[in-house]
Amino acid sequence: MSSIETGGGGGKHDGGKVRSKKASTRIDMTPMVDLGFLLITFFILATTLSKPSAMTLNMPDKTEQEKKTEPIKASKVMTAFLGKDNQVLYIAGKAANEDPELKTVGYGYPLRQAMLENLAKIGPDFVIVVKPTKLSTYKNVVDMMDELTIAKIKRYALVDELTPDEKTLLKDKGKLDI
Amino acid sequence: MPAVKPKRASSAVDMTAMCDVAFLLLTFFILTAQFKTQDAATIETPSSISGIKVPDSDIMIISLDKTGKVYFGIDNQVNRMTMLDNMAATRGLQFSDAEKRKFSLLANFGLPAAQLKQFLALEPVKRNLVKQPGVPVDSTGVSKDNELKDWIYNARKANNKLRIAIKGDNIAKFPSFKNVIATLQAQNINKFNLVTGTEQPPAGWKAN
Repeated sequence: MSSIETGGGGGKHDGGKVRSKKASTRIDMTPMVDLGFLLITFFILATTLSKPSAMTLNMPDKTEQEKKTEPIKASKVMTAFLGKDNQVLYIAGKAANEDPELKTVGYGYPLRQAMLENLAKIGPDFVIVVKPTKLSTYKNVVDMMDELTIAKIKRYALVDELTPDEKTLLKDKGKLDI
Repeated sequence: MPAVKPKRASSAVDMTAMCDVAFLLLTFFILTAQFKTQDAATIETPSSISGIKVPDSDIMIISLDKTGKVYFGIDNQVNRMTMLDNMAATRGLQFSDAEKRKFSLLANFGLPAAQLKQFLALEPVKRNLVKQPGVPVDSTGVSKDNELKDWIYNARKANNKLRIAIKGDNIAKFPSFKNVIATLQAQNINKFNLVTGTEQPPAGWKAN
């Protein structure tokens, strides 16, 4: 491909002076470029490119004395159960023992729509209770939190215990093996 | 009339400029490089729209892998050594200076404290082949077998500025995540971070 340019030097001339051979100042850079790019490739592959982001999660203080607050009415609450196969089952406006309608949605846009619909129906006192079941995954919890952030719903609670009423509801209507 | 010879262009290209660019880029990458640390398990995190970056320093990362095994790690080698000292005192174990030094090089680990000695004796290459059983956790967060609570306590003793992050795998089941939360809450830690990938919020969405 390329070659070191030689020649242009002196050489013996008949009867003339002996001139010193002039070395060319041109160096073939190809191997050096190769090496340069090889190292670049290595550094690109060995570094972490995208930094992960962090989502803050605040849990209620368990040791804190329970303040006397009015219990939230079931009519103001939407309870979302994180079920299996990336599905959310929810009841809204009714407690689990009042024979509520159990609806199923997927994560993402449908879930957000469902939350906003209920928010519009119930009004400013609306609270979402998120109850992950043992069939849900970590991703489901993160997705749910993310949807709440996107929908800008500040009043929510993450509760990990299911009441007996909720268990029977999920078993009977949701066909979940809990 | 002599035949007109076409002028032959030289096939040699001057590489100097290309070489300059290559080394310039190389310098840039070397200076900005942050090497990937060798983790005990590969974890694929879910993504969220949260734009807060995970800090590099003063951080404790509790990882949860696919099967729900728990791995533990903190930054800074000096703090890792202090943490191990504290842990050894809590659990009544002995570690030599060489073992402490080896331990300080581990980004994270998922072993019961009793198995650490054996693990550290292995060559670094062989350690990757070991299937780590995970740091023992339970659902109450207070039992004697729960080693995660001791690690968290001793890590915070070594560096009280530690921020706590949980890094879970997509398909880790919720109960294993719940165990970690229960352990943290049993120590009255109620605020922590979840490490996620970055995702674009829906079009038109703005944070308040």
